[in-house]
Amino acid sequence: MEKRNLTCIVCPMGCALEVTLEGGKVLSVTGNTCPRGEQYAREECTHPTRVLTTTVRVEGGERPVVPVKTAAPIPKERLFDAMEEARSLSVRAPVRIGEIIKEDLCGTGIPLKAAADIGKGRNI
Amino acid sequence: MRYDAAVIGGGVTGGMILRELSRYRLKTVLLEKAEDVAMGASKANSAIVHAGFDAAPGTNKARFNVEGNALMEQTARELSVPFIRNGSLVLAFTDEDLETVRELRSRGEQNGVPGLALLSPEEVLEREPAVSREIKGALWAPTGGIVCPYELTIGAVGNAMDNGARLRTGFAVEEIRDMGEYFLLRAGEETVEARFIVNAAGVHADEIARMAGDGSFTITPRRGEYELLDKSMGGLVRSTIFQPPTQMGKGVLVTPTVDGNLLTGPTSENIADKEDTAATAAGLETVQRLARKSVPGIDFRMTITSFAGLRACSSTHDFVIGPAKGAPRLIHAAGIESPGLTSAPAIAKAVVKHLEKAGLVLEENPDFDPIRRPFPKFREMDDEERAALAAADPRFGRIVCRCEGITEGEVLEAIRRNPPARSVDAVKRRTRAGMGRCQGGFCGPQVVELLARELGIPMDEVTKSGGKSRMLAGKNR
Amino acid sequence: MKDFDLVIIGGGPAGMAAALAAQEQGVRDLLILDREPQLGGILEQCIHNGFGLHRFQEELTGPEYAARFASRVEQEKIPYRLDTMVLDLSVCPDGGKIVTAVSPSEGYRKIRARAVVLAMGCRERPRGALNIAGTRPAGIYTAGAAQKFVNMKGMLPGKRAVILGSGDIGLIMARRMTLEGAKVEAVCELMPYSGGLTRNIVQCLEDFGIPLLLSHTVVNIRGRERLTGVTIAAVGPDRKPIPGTERDIPCDTLLLSVGLIPENELSKSAGVQLDPVTGGAVVDECRQTSVPGVFACGNVLHVHDLVDFVSEEAEIAGKQAAAYLQKGGMDGETFPVSAGEGVRYVVPQRIRRGAEPFSLYFRVRDVAKNARIVVECNGKQIASRKKRRAAPGEMENFPLTAAQLAGVDGPVTVRLEKEGE
Repeated sequence: MEKRNLTCIVCPMGCALEVTLEGGKVLSVTGNTCPRGEQYAREECTHPTRVLTTTVRVEGGERPVVPVKTAAPIPKERLFDAMEEARSLSVRAPVRIGEIIKEDLCGTGIPLKAAADIGKGRNI
Repeated sequence: MRYDAAVIGGGVTGGMILRELSRYRLKTVLLEKAEDVAMGASKANSAIVHAGFDAAPGTNKARFNVEGNALMEQTARELSVPFIRNGSLVLAFTDEDLETVRELRSRGEQNGVPGLALLSPEEVLEREPAVSREIKGALWAPTGGIVCPYELTIGAVGNAMDNGARLRTGFAVEEIRDMGEYFLLRAGEETVEARFIVNAAGVHADEIARMAGDGSFTITPRRGEYELLDKSMGGLVRSTIFQPPTQMGKGVLVTPTVDGNLLTGPTSENIADKEDTAATAAGLETVQRLARKSVPGIDFRMTITSFAGLRACSSTHDFVIGPAKGAPRLIHAAGIESPGLTSAPAIAKAVVKHLEKAGLVLEENPDFDPIRRPFPKFREMDDEERAALAAADPRFGRIVCRCEGITEGEVLEAIRRNPPARSVDAVKRRTRAGMGRCQGGFCGPQVVELLARELGIPMDEVTKSGGKSRMLAGKNR
Repeated sequence: MKDFDLVIIGGGPAGMAAALAAQEQGVRDLLILDREPQLGGILEQCIHNGFGLHRFQEELTGPEYAARFASRVEQEKIPYRLDTMVLDLSVCPDGGKIVTAVSPSEGYRKIRARAVVLAMGCRERPRGALNIAGTRPAGIYTAGAAQKFVNMKGMLPGKRAVILGSGDIGLIMARRMTLEGAKVEAVCELMPYSGGLTRNIVQCLEDFGIPLLLSHTVVNIRGRERLTGVTIAAVGPDRKPIPGTERDIPCDTLLLSVGLIPENELSKSAGVQLDPVTGGAVVDECRQTSVPGVFACGNVLHVHDLVDFVSEEAEIAGKQAAAYLQKGGMDGETFPVSAGEGVRYVVPQRIRRGAEPFSLYFRVRDVAKNARIVVECNGKQIASRKKRRAAPGEMENFPLTAAQLAGVDGPVTVRLEKEGE
């Protein structure tokens, strides 16, 4: 049996959660004030995910980089792999907000999308 | 090329000497070890043009202070550097202080300082309502003034360069060889030949002297810490407020700056390391405590930066001006601590006379132009001037530094004009971009970008102040 | 001189929302001025997500949140000028406002406006205000300047960082620098609690094992050219370093996230009265400042932690600026609203008799659990609400109903009461 302490981030209350796990399975959650806290703790302990936001290089744009984000959360343990792949990408201006930069980021099955418009231009 | 004269040290003293030499048909060079001029005491001092009541009569300090004070008006005007004769007060808090202040007056009168007067507490408070009510009187010196020391240095060097003088930065003299006809100055792999040398090397002037075989004086760095406050505090006092001097210097002062900020400091502490310009917690506490003694209403939460400078104090307790022992073609301008900034224009004239006496032929340069074109200062212009400038050149319509109202045009001018800015701090000293209340938070990235573009280097090679002071670790895309 | 009914200074989230609200109320002759080359303000460099949960019920990145408003500004054809810096704001004896602005394309010019919305945002507190001892090498940045380098210029400021201050930007930058391959050694926070949102502490620090050192500060800075290290120390309840707790951390970067200051230089030049606590204007519930026809909203008024409330506040300012233009003024007696026990500040600082329903925005002084917010007028309670947890880092939003506001006939106080008192 294993215990894990988490801070709930569902709302500003920030409840201190204690999760009891056995063999990767959640046995119980305590410290939560509402059911959302328990759900958060279960997900966080079994398959934590995060939306990755970063930038991708732009060729011929008015700005050198475009902000991007994963279209859905990706497994937390893949964040650094995903960063590495994002760093290797580049797109040509113009870039439109919502445009898919990479269909399947790093084998997660989740696309990487542009989060801003970048017009054509010359940047120093 | 063999130079007629090489000036070692690009501080205000070296800069003024270079400019004085450029009045004549001479090949001159300024050798500076840092990447810009005004990198030592000339960028971190009290920025005061002293009236001259402080130094003991008969000393070099007394003579050059009074002469330099009289020359400052014209010098600053020619170099388009702001100078304000705001007057100085030395406050007396005790009867003993009153005695000291009286002594200062008589000393000043012997030194030839005009207009000195003793004021009653009421007269002081009428002039300066923010001054402490605890005072028993004060000495008033109407000829005291304020000037920006690095602007003055940059102006002098720039004017000299416009008149043909050369500047070599990153040239740290390591060896001086007397070749008979000329000196060979070596810095690393590079050498410069010059028939005459001026030693204006600040805290390192004793080392330069020893390279030429003169061990007659040593220089002790004396650290002074300062706090500079936001312009909202700048109007607290109009004149420069001194406390009675001590063994270690003129004490902590409170003064407006020509740019409208409030400056407080310095502390005074002899140290061993000639490069140690770190500010200390104890030092800053001392500055605040003593400054509040003079002007209780200072709100130090409005501090925008704190810094420390090193005064070059000579073992002779006076400026060392004249030929080196055993090397008559090397003229010292050494041990230039306070009142060095004030004295610089007068020291420059005296040094040139010494050079002439040592055999340098001075033939007037008919093309010498003493006027340095004013640096365009958008923030100081009226509506019409601003409109005309922005219409003529759109780069003057783009504000880079919001706090100080500095345009891209000014930043470019700083990079292109003599002596050219090569780093973020160099741009800041010339334009004030990054010197305001946000301290470069907004304009820093833009200045880095402009420097990279103008110098044709990648952004991550741009430095804060030369050497290894890179602003960025590298490209991440 | 060109004339406008309404000039909005700042094209960030506040300025855009104010402009859209004013337009919706029928203002047609309006203009947004912004100094950046694009609309969106600081959101353009805030590429992380978490914006818009309240407003759009989804998690957007900063640029996406900004784009929702910018595209509406385009659709509605609201005129705006970019790369335009406003240098001065003054008020004529007839009540007209003169906006002095400069831009590379249009030069230096003066614009006359009947009403103005101030939406200039805020700036970060620099190192000077902290007065840290030591040297002044390269490698010391405000968190926002570092964010601009990383997210807008594609440049990494350093490889080994210490962050001073646990404000949200500092926390966000701890994660961002880590993802970009830098090592973040620690985040030091002077106070015994973080100034940032809980979710940022969890997702930006805990996710990456970055220590958050509460009641700690940086006491010395080393390095002559580039930063080589900092000394940190624990602080006592007086927030002064405790001798003997100093610890050296080698690093090449120090990021400062030690507070935001509303950027009110223009407000001052226009004679707008400022609140010494918020650093922003004193406003009534319509977000009108002490100068009739000058309104303020967003971070220039008080520093928000969620942009959703910036938009909400800006819509009030825009709508009321429209009302001002249509009615030629705002009438009604106003009463002061002040911060009582446990409350650091309240916005608005004034309330009009017969005010329409609106929300009080305020911050508590200290972390509080199981407390009650009490709104009083002339010593009489007009509203109250239970609060399970409150922290200075999280702005409180207390809506007042028409019925509650009907009781306002004098000075109002907002205070925090410990439950059970």
